[in-house]
Amino acid sequence: MTESFWLIPFIPGASAFVLAVFGRWLPKKWVSFQACVSVFASFVISVVAWLGLLKVDHESLPLVKTLFTWIASGSFSANLSLQLDPLSSVMALVVTGVGFLIHVYSVGYMGHDKGYTRYFAYLNLFTFAMLILVMASNIVLMFVGWEGVGLCSYLLIGFWFEKHSAASAGKKAFIVNRIGDAAFILGIFFLIVHVGTGEFRAINEAVHSGHLGAGLVTLIAILLFIGATGKSAQIPLYVWLPDAMEGPTPVSALIHAATMVTAGVYMVSRMNVLYTLSGEAAQIVAVVGALTAIYAATMALTQNDIKRVLAYSTISQIGYMFIGCGVGAYAAGMFHLYTHAFFKSLLFLAAGSVMHALSGELDMRKMGGLRKYLPLTYPTFLIGAIAIAGVPFLSGFFSKDAILTQAFAHGQYFVWALGIMGAVLTAFYMFRLIFLTFHGEERIEAEAKRHLHESPRVMTVPLVILAFFSVVAGYVGLPVVFGEKANLFNRFLEPVLEPAHEAHLGLGTEWTLILVSVAVAICGIYVAYVFYLKSPQMPHTLVRRFPGVYKLLYNKYYVDEAYDAIFVNPTVKGSEAVYTHFDLKVIDGTIDGTAEATGLAGRVLSLFQSGLVKDYALAMLLGVVIFLGYLLF
Amino acid sequence: MNFPVLSVVTFLPLAGAILLIFLPAEKKNLLRYAALAFALATFAVSLTLYFNFDATTPLPQFEEKSAWLGYGINYHLGIDGISLYLVLLTTFLLPIVLLSSWTYIEKRIKEYLIFMLLLETGIIGVFVSLNLFLFYVFWEAMLIPMYFLIGVWGGPRRIYATLKFVLMTMFGSLLMLVAIFVLYAYYYRATGIYSFNIFDHYQLILNPGVQAWLFLAFALAFAIKVPMFPFHTWLPDAHVEAPTAGSVILAAVLLKMGTYGFLRFALPLFPDATERFLPLLAVLSLVGIIYGGLMALIQKDVKSLVAYSSVSHMGLIMLAVFALNVEGVEGAIYQMLNHGLSTGALFLIVGILYERAHTRLIKDFGGVSHQMPVFAAFFLVCMLSSVGLPGLNGFVGEVLCLFGVFRVSTLMAILGVTTVILAAAYLLWMYQRVMHGPITNEKIWTFKDMNLREIAYLAPIVIMMFWMGIYPETFLRKMDSSVVHLLNRVKNRQRVFVQEAGPAREKLAVAKPVEAWTQESMAEGTAIKNAVIEVDMITGNWAKKEEKLEAEDKERGENPDE
Repeated sequence: MTESFWLIPFIPGASAFVLAVFGRWLPKKWVSFQACVSVFASFVISVVAWLGLLKVDHESLPLVKTLFTWIASGSFSANLSLQLDPLSSVMALVVTGVGFLIHVYSVGYMGHDKGYTRYFAYLNLFTFAMLILVMASNIVLMFVGWEGVGLCSYLLIGFWFEKHSAASAGKKAFIVNRIGDAAFILGIFFLIVHVGTGEFRAINEAVHSGHLGAGLVTLIAILLFIGATGKSAQIPLYVWLPDAMEGPTPVSALIHAATMVTAGVYMVSRMNVLYTLSGEAAQIVAVVGALTAIYAATMALTQNDIKRVLAYSTISQIGYMFIGCGVGAYAAGMFHLYTHAFFKSLLFLAAGSVMHALSGELDMRKMGGLRKYLPLTYPTFLIGAIAIAGVPFLSGFFSKDAILTQAFAHGQYFVWALGIMGAVLTAFYMFRLIFLTFHGEERIEAEAKRHLHESPRVMTVPLVILAFFSVVAGYVGLPVVFGEKANLFNRFLEPVLEPAHEAHLGLGTEWTLILVSVAVAICGIYVAYVFYLKSPQMPHTLVRRFPGVYKLLYNKYYVDEAYDAIFVNPTVKGSEAVYTHFDLKVIDGTIDGTAEATGLAGRVLSLFQSGLVKDYALAMLLGVVIFLGYLLF
Repeated sequence: MNFPVLSVVTFLPLAGAILLIFLPAEKKNLLRYAALAFALATFAVSLTLYFNFDATTPLPQFEEKSAWLGYGINYHLGIDGISLYLVLLTTFLLPIVLLSSWTYIEKRIKEYLIFMLLLETGIIGVFVSLNLFLFYVFWEAMLIPMYFLIGVWGGPRRIYATLKFVLMTMFGSLLMLVAIFVLYAYYYRATGIYSFNIFDHYQLILNPGVQAWLFLAFALAFAIKVPMFPFHTWLPDAHVEAPTAGSVILAAVLLKMGTYGFLRFALPLFPDATERFLPLLAVLSLVGIIYGGLMALIQKDVKSLVAYSSVSHMGLIMLAVFALNVEGVEGAIYQMLNHGLSTGALFLIVGILYERAHTRLIKDFGGVSHQMPVFAAFFLVCMLSSVGLPGLNGFVGEVLCLFGVFRVSTLMAILGVTTVILAAAYLLWMYQRVMHGPITNEKIWTFKDMNLREIAYLAPIVIMMFWMGIYPETFLRKMDSSVVHLLNRVKNRQRVFVQEAGPAREKLAVAKPVEAWTQESMAEGTAIKNAVIEVDMITGNWAKKEEKLEAEDKERGENPDE
């Protein structure tokens, strides 16, 4: 069964094809059934493949299945070939597992949408592309998945295309991603020219053998990372993700929380030899991650839109994953990716459930006190919040702690400090969200309140399952204080990750760091409690005290406006100016001018063609005289 | 080859056009079906070219040769791995464009169909001619039907547009005609043989100074056709005014005549001049990529937007051609086909919109997806093909083109890769404004989704887009040997010298290596005293020729080594 791992992406792919082409003739029940079952089938194969992988010895990894030669021309070649190793296995499990739950949830959430079939076609297509991304055995095919998920993201963000904002957000996501992709393509070219192929195995070997110079490795690593900043919404290309919340909420959960946006982290882990070899590139990854982690967290503080808070939170959490990768602790980064997939998709789906209950309301100022109306959504949401806040014994605690400990151990104290500050903010904004939504006074509009109801089972069951995993998923990666071999997750990934220069801390330091994280999380939660439950006038006082800071944060540092002013508008205005003044006037003017000059010359010359014989006789005479004169003298 | 397949493919449309002359003009459907039948038959016959094509040889295949006007003006047809696909692209698209104008063209339908078929003969003729004179005849002949297609069935500014198109093209091609005759004269002086045979001329080594002038004459003709910046302004005008079918053929096939011209004539005939003008042409291509993309961004008319996107895409193709490596040239040929499909499809799509709305201004649309979901899906795929999304054809061509460029110049590749961003920006923005958002124009509520005929002609293109994106091996492998051969010719310069004086036949002899010659000619500047035929290492092609010539020399009792 392990050998049939290559079927994993193609089952949802085939389903997407059927839905896209024949979907309009299929009954709705069948559409839901087919879409969900195809992903579940992939999940089952992923589990079997994973179990099989545990028995395979490290030497024979990765298992590669080459289907056919895809592009081959001169020195450029890329196969359609998939591979299975611990890294892709973890990703496949997350994508199909969480993906399946979100498919099921969508059956309820999108039940009344007229684009139901189209939605599931896109969702299946996304699953296909994402699985290609994580299972590709070469970087060119990985790029196919990379762009494919970008396309699905575009289609799903703009799913309700009648809404102007949704259509714009989809387009923005695609174009911003393309900026990163342009750099990514160049990175691929450098690799293929210098390694000779894009196969990951060959790249690893070439880098190990020192075949690539240090400068080149750094350059490639940075180019690929620029691609990752687009896909994974890091500074400076993060701007598309908050807008992406225009899409249906399950899409935000699947694409913009659990899977696609973490593709950059997967890519860096996949190319870990490059980043291990290039200290500069790794440092950039760590610093960008740390800055993004805290920067996005500050923006989450003041948002009133429940999904936007989660969006900024996602950006921030991916920043943590990059901290892990940047300090050389790829396993920790991947571990956070894995736990984040559970609790963040849980949070999004729970937020979707809140929206569903409130007839689509997103503004937290119009919520409050919902906990008694949503007896299942509330506890699951709370679990997600606790998990992400870093409260001990839930999954987020273990993974975030692993990253920060590693950062500290590698002497990246600045990065560590930013991470800790980000952790305070995370705990704060998550509990701000909880308190504003579920506690305190009710601010629900009368109309919404009449329809207020808990979501159907098809939606709440996935919530419960995800909540369960948000609690327990962390126990496969226990910190070193529980024993050297306690981190099963790291041991599973060992064969694919560079044996990082293991930085060991004394047990005492380990414990201290853990206590600091715990203290920080509790501190954040407590401040949120004071601000939003105990004395709700506090935030207003603060806003009045520091109006500038509040405005800056509320308007997201005006980065969108700045990008428009610096890049978008000058390009459009400049192009318009060139079009009217150069293309139409200079180039076309020259051509039309030449034509007119020719016409004019013709008219002037035609004056000589008077048709009168005497004129011609005169001209002939003149000619003869000149000719003779020339000959004689 | 006993059965003259190429002649049939070339002249079957002409036969159709002649038949149509004798059909009554009132029976419009009969005319349409007859024209379609001929176009389909041509396509069917042309498919045999693909299946019988021998991928292992770079030599022209399906060759037909017979005397025509004398003095080297022969009827000489043949295709290699480069022209094969351009012929197929033409025959594939013609039935499609005939279907696309099935109901839209009502006025003078008979003449319209005749011109379409004539156009097909002209275009195929350009791609299959191996005789320079014959090539020129087709090259010019093709202009006539195009002139009328725009001038009679075009939009309000059609006369301006068609004149601009024809005059600019003619301006370039007249210089090329002069160059062809100069070349002919040089060949006669070198060998004493009258020949317009392109393969004979490949063996000629011209003094670099002469090469430069001849190259410029050819290059100008082709650059206008492509069109390369700054010769592009006829294109938006011609596209905006042309009827849909005209635009499709223009973008999909006519522009390829320019790139094909570079590959078949300008580069292999004048390798030294190519090297000399390479930087200039590469920079112009690069400017075209970015300039075309930026201009496309701000167009208000969907058609001129697609036209400027063509300038950008063709710029990438030219840049890849000038990379002069296998990846670049194969990518360029592949991208020529992709551009033919994706831009052709985009013009068909604009045509579908225009038939419903009678406008092409972007601002008049919005929310069309709501009324036309099937159309939205087709539009989406074609747009993404043009954007170069992996999995569709555009990606394969684009990535090979850029990779080819990357191998010769990192800087150019960095600048060229901006096309990835620009194409997404102008196409997605246009798609959004036309298809998404709320419906503001009342008229859009009345739009009907695509009918069966419209689906029938777009579906084959979309299928090809997927096929070419997922399994490009079908196409790439038949190009390999022709492309390698072409590059050898351009880069390794195996050829015969031209001698300025002396009796004609004696100059063909095996002599000095190329390096020695180059230095010598640099020193002397003009006359070259010796002749050489170098052996093509890859194919052994020229070796045979050399042996043959030696044998001939021996027959005449002369020593090949003078």
